Amino acid sequence: MTTDLTPRTAPTTTPDVHAARPGARRGRRLRGAAPLLWAAPPVALLAVFFLYPLALVVRQSVQPDTGGVSLKPYADVFASPAFREALWTTVWLALASTAGCLVLGFLLALVIAFVPFPGARAVARFIDVFLSFPSFLITLALLFVYGRTGLANGLWTGATGAPDGPFAFLTTPWGVLLAEVTYFTPFVMRPLLAAFAQLDTAQLEAAGSLGARAPRIVRQVIWPEALPALAAGGSLVLVLCLNEFGIVLFTGAKGVTTLPMLVYGKAILESDYPGACVVAVVNVLISVGLYGLYRVVSRRAGA
Amino acid sequence: MLVHSRGARWALWAIFLVLFVPLFALPLLVVLGASFATHWSGVLPSGLTTGNYRAATRGEALQALTTSLVTALTASLLALTAGTWAALAAAALKKRHRRLLDALFVLPVAVPSVVVGLSVLVAFSQPPLLLNGTGSIVIVAHTVLVTAFAHQSVSAAIVRLDPGYEQAAASLGARPAYVLWRVRLPLLLPSLTAAAGLCFALSMGELSATMMLYPPDWTPLPVLIFAATDRGALFTGSAVAVVLMAATLLVLLAVSRVRTRASYR
Repeated sequence: MTTDLTPRTAPTTTPDVHAARPGARRGRRLRGAAPLLWAAPPVALLAVFFLYPLALVVRQSVQPDTGGVSLKPYADVFASPAFREALWTTVWLALASTAGCLVLGFLLALVIAFVPFPGARAVARFIDVFLSFPSFLITLALLFVYGRTGLANGLWTGATGAPDGPFAFLTTPWGVLLAEVTYFTPFVMRPLLAAFAQLDTAQLEAAGSLGARAPRIVRQVIWPEALPALAAGGSLVLVLCLNEFGIVLFTGAKGVTTLPMLVYGKAILESDYPGACVVAVVNVLISVGLYGLYRVVSRRAGA
Repeated sequence: MLVHSRGARWALWAIFLVLFVPLFALPLLVVLGASFATHWSGVLPSGLTTGNYRAATRGEALQALTTSLVTALTASLLALTAGTWAALAAAALKKRHRRLLDALFVLPVAVPSVVVGLSVLVAFSQPPLLLNGTGSIVIVAHTVLVTAFAHQSVSAAIVRLDPGYEQAAASLGARPAYVLWRVRLPLLLPSLTAAAGLCFALSMGELSATMMLYPPDWTPLPVLIFAATDRGALFTGSAVAVVLMAATLLVLLAVSRVRTRASYR
């Protein structure tokens, strides 16, 4: 038995690795720039197809059609009420959706992992499948459920005889919020379920046998383990919500304009490329800034 | 077991169902139901028909399906190559350089896809490389978007890789290329196929960047679904959406079979 186990346990392999390391490191140094050279081709591709185009967007945002360099496009865009409203809508929708996803995702993952029912694994599998579908499907489905003549309103008018149903929130920000919470909650659940799978159930049993009740176990045993996963999932969802376009586009609401929607509208519908580039730069700064911040925070918080 | 009382457990399960079914199961069921209907103004869809599918599997829609499949396959293969290469190259770098490379390759996740679409459109509508108006501009945008995901999942797998195997191979005199081909890549195969599936699914459903730059003769399925719902043809749109979901699931299933076969090795 012991001979069987030794190759698999970490402590026996680690000293070997350390012993081999000085030589390996010297070998790597001798080769000098070789690793950097190997990293060059993918970086070059990224530069040509991603960084250079982004740089062009930044350049165009300070170059109005009349030529020359000026910050006038920025001044124009910042002064327009449409932009301010879109900025505010984007930020509060993203924050509210993220909060909703975190609460809902934590609750659902908790039940799947720790109060499992027959079929809980199938539900976890379903979550994975859900992730592979595009976001706009949710809005499409909500149109049938809460649309003007949809399922819910049809039920209402059928039951009461009223000409119109009470559900008319789809074309308001609340419809977008519902769709975003629905679509992005699985993005929180997946890392949570992975983290819960690594939690030793003996800890829960020990806490329980020492008299801790479920709420206390959740607070003192599960919650600390869940924090890194929540931070990672939450940051991803926040950025994805800030950047979400399909859900808003399919809602088709004139009243709900987010920054990505404004970029699309200015560039494709109005052919105002400098304006679109300005909004794009602002959107990128917000998203990348928040994403960077949260990567730092989640690295500190856990792993 | 976290909750020992039977009643409390049932109450929790009831809450779970009440939250889970309307939020997650209902939307997919609704789209499926609508794809077989012509009206929906009650509890159940009415006017059952398969006509939506006849419309969704011929002409324009069929062409959009092939367009989507070609785009997604090309983009995910390119992204997988570039992402894996970058991840392998990053693993050999010093910590400072590795951080920088990882950050660079994660960037497309954080940048809004609409902006990626706009930037690709701006960049390749002018001389050095003129792609605007061709299908390849869509493929370029999709590749940029999904490379980040491929790179992330492959580099996560590389970190978990036991260095013992490659060190053993190297100590037995295997050259780096041989170690890469016969040891590292086979060990990485499960996560490579998982990454390929992820890239494919993302590219199949990509709408934001595509809306910015698709040429009229290269219309992927999501754009067609939007066009249908935008002109009020919700039921045809749902049938096309079901075709999109089915095509994605079929390819994912095929990919996962590769994965299970690989894990027997």
